[in-house]
Amino acid sequence: MTDMTVLQSRSEDASTGEDFSASVMSIEIGPAHPAMHGIVRFTTHLDGELIVGMDPEIGYLHRGFEKESENSKWIQVIPYTDRLNYVSPLLNNIGYSMAVEKLYGIQAPPRAEFTRVIMGEISRITDHLTCLGAVAMEIGAFTFFLWFIKAREYLWELVEEMTGARLTTNWTRFGGNHSDLPDGFLGDLADRLAKLKEVLTECDKLLTRNKIFIDRVKDVGAISKEDALSFGFTGPLLRACGIPYDVRRADSYSVYDELDFEIPVGSTGDCFDRFLVRMEEIRQSISIIEQAADKMPEGPFMTDERMMHFPDKKDVYGNIEGLIDHFKLVMEGHQPPAGEIYMPVEGGNGEIGFYLVSDGSGDPVRVRMRPPCFNFVAAMPAMTVGHYVADIVPIFGSVNMIGGELDR
Amino acid sequence: MSEEISTMETETPPETGELTTLLKQEFPDDVTDFHAHRDDETVVIERDALEAVCRFLRDDTRCSFEIMMDLTAVDRLEMNETPRFEMVYHFKSLTHARRLRLKVRLAEDDCKIASIHHLWKAVDWYERECFDMFGIVFEGHPDLRRILMYDEFEGHPLRKDYPIDKQQPLMELKEVEERHVYGRHA
Amino acid sequence: MEILLEIIMIPAVLAIIKIVVIVLLFALPLGTFLTLMERKWSAMIQDRVGPNRANIGNFTGHGIMHLAADGLKSIFKEDTMPKGADGFLYLIAPFFGLIAAVATFAIIPLAGPIGDFTFQVTDIEPGLLFIFAITSLSVYGAVLAGTSSNSKFALLGGTRASAQMISYEVFMGLALMGIFMVYGTTRVSGIVDGQNEYWFGSLIPMWGVFTQPLGFVLFFTALVAETKRAPFDAPEGESEIVAGYFLEYSGMRWSAFMLAEYVALVGVASLITTLFFGGYHIPWLHLWESAPQWLVTILQIIKFSVFTLFFCWFQIQLRWTVPKFRFDQTMALGWKKLLPLSLINLFVTAFVILAFA
Repeated sequence: MTDMTVLQSRSEDASTGEDFSASVMSIEIGPAHPAMHGIVRFTTHLDGELIVGMDPEIGYLHRGFEKESENSKWIQVIPYTDRLNYVSPLLNNIGYSMAVEKLYGIQAPPRAEFTRVIMGEISRITDHLTCLGAVAMEIGAFTFFLWFIKAREYLWELVEEMTGARLTTNWTRFGGNHSDLPDGFLGDLADRLAKLKEVLTECDKLLTRNKIFIDRVKDVGAISKEDALSFGFTGPLLRACGIPYDVRRADSYSVYDELDFEIPVGSTGDCFDRFLVRMEEIRQSISIIEQAADKMPEGPFMTDERMMHFPDKKDVYGNIEGLIDHFKLVMEGHQPPAGEIYMPVEGGNGEIGFYLVSDGSGDPVRVRMRPPCFNFVAAMPAMTVGHYVADIVPIFGSVNMIGGELDR
Repeated sequence: MSEEISTMETETPPETGELTTLLKQEFPDDVTDFHAHRDDETVVIERDALEAVCRFLRDDTRCSFEIMMDLTAVDRLEMNETPRFEMVYHFKSLTHARRLRLKVRLAEDDCKIASIHHLWKAVDWYERECFDMFGIVFEGHPDLRRILMYDEFEGHPLRKDYPIDKQQPLMELKEVEERHVYGRHA
Repeated sequence: MEILLEIIMIPAVLAIIKIVVIVLLFALPLGTFLTLMERKWSAMIQDRVGPNRANIGNFTGHGIMHLAADGLKSIFKEDTMPKGADGFLYLIAPFFGLIAAVATFAIIPLAGPIGDFTFQVTDIEPGLLFIFAITSLSVYGAVLAGTSSNSKFALLGGTRASAQMISYEVFMGLALMGIFMVYGTTRVSGIVDGQNEYWFGSLIPMWGVFTQPLGFVLFFTALVAETKRAPFDAPEGESEIVAGYFLEYSGMRWSAFMLAEYVALVGVASLITTLFFGGYHIPWLHLWESAPQWLVTILQIIKFSVFTLFFCWFQIQLRWTVPKFRFDQTMALGWKKLLPLSLINLFVTAFVILAFA
């Protein structure tokens, strides 16, 4: 291990009089930095190239999601949830809608659930593609990043076909979805998944066994199981430590108990394990999508319960219940019964928990989203102290901090 | 409120879940309320018992809640409920595959509560966020400062009496001082 | 007319004309062209098109106009200097790299000599040693830029640059000692002529890559590390220290750093061709006895250019295929793996020469 001490120059900074001859240098890996995607600031204390202390500062993308939700109707929160984890917006949509459905105590019809599974897994794949691409790019494998972005484009096209937008999807509703599968969607899906699998194999050959890459990520940023649990890790980072906790299996929701998939688990919790876990999860998600597409049932994509969605126009103009329902929904919005629930959903980063408190009127009392990457960034000092400056990059990349999710 | 929900939904006396029974057994004076609305076991405890209950939840093998999932607060001003604040703690046990919600009620003029950062490392930042958003002071926290808002922010945004369109005063340019630096978490 | 020829034949004037031709018409244009080709070739690897928009009146030339656009942009940018930067050192730092890169071309022959007229600017006796001396000068550029910039990121980059370049120079010299031993001279023209010999009659030319394969690999690695190209670009560290030692430079001074890097790239390719791939000698051409002199010269220039271009391409595509080393891994590689290898190369070469020659 080379011990690079800072040049012991006795030069003083002319403007501030700061003495550069101190042996611990404080450097801001600041908010405007190529590797700090999502915006976060690390005040790092360096002894040469070795990190001896670190203080993360977050909140640069705080937009007041929770406060805004309290001032909106329940249905108006769905577009806000798109922008939470903006690389996997559908997972947030699905999580929130399922949480409100839990408040109501209703279930979406099977066709809606299977479609949600397909779209959710597509979103999960885009999340992992972005994360892995960014890690590789910052380690220098620029080509890997661009090939993954090309693969991600195929998936964005699918999302656009279904929801009309690539990022601001705003697709699920309470009791079902906004729209049904478009014609030819399942055929396009099979097409794109085949292309995705090709890109995955190519990229796997390029990087996974590359000695230089492995040297950069092996044994870097490792965290023990006890520490990971204490820090509240969930998702790929916890699975990389060796604990097979996946909300889709542990607190099974939607139709995941009818689908067959494995949970990839690592052993040491270092960046390489996280990389491999995410690569394998992409493959598992592809398998889930294929199974769900095969098992897709016919039927309605929205529940029949009253007051969950606008009635058909023929009912609005035809009978009095339709008219009243439509009027009440527009004027008062959804009014879930009073109560409080916590709905955990497996997001790209881990467990996204929606904690909703309702008082029976149409205004939410509390809408809380538990961000999985909050715990990861809180654990960044524990993971990076003792490593080199150059290791911040793979560690932070593998943490996959999404600004929208962290700061809400 | 919790009794009303349960009777409205099930029309039978609330079944106390396993954890609720256990907690009532171990801490008979401190459990003030409980419910299991939509199968989410919830227990309300006294403020002074928080540290002891949390330690019990983490260490006792009948519970073993390894993961502190979420820590937040609810401001019940508009629901006209007193005490005003309600601290909400969510726990997850991997060994027993169970979840628990713990609640503590805090009065508006006395919104202080013991910090449990020494039990789970995740609590550190969660409590900072709670302080930032609600103004609840956590006694014993090593570094209670704002996390999402900037330091000169005035007020606590998630309180119900903080208007959503409130303007903050303009800040002057300032020099950044050295702050607390986290070393290795012991 | 004769007076003109007389003047041209003065060695100094001849040298200047050769400098103009080799540097201004070969090295610098190729270096500039490579700045564009790097972007186009990397785009090809990455499934995209690369820059193709800059145009003058709708003539894009597949991106050639970007060279003009970049040049003009650099000239018009503000020439900044950070507060507290060491004035004089900050201003002269960009030029060390450029001077060192251009000076490498002083001893590289483009084609075979015609009578007394050589296609080399100068053919000094310690030609190889001249290369070492000049590449050592380029260290100053990076170090001065890093330390005089009054910026912590630049300081980190400058420190890394100095350590890396000095370490890799050590075994660069040792790797070339093998060449010196095989061909028996440090004069570059002597080395190139030595590669014109053949083994097994007229079958395999005694190119450096065949006589010193390990030396070739070591020398090439050392040169890639000297020019701080990927995978050894930790001093430039794009992701962690943003731009490393040239962080605080903008406008034409930054362009000077970039140009120095690309001209050094061409210099590396030319050096490799000259020392290991026979320079301008086309193998087996001597079998065609009646070849006219002018044709031979032209073919030699073409051969040299093709090989140089190939190695330029190789270095560029190396950057886009391979991830980057972390800095301590670079140093460990240089000192713990490549230095012993170069020493072993030296001993084995000595042994083979003594045993078989």
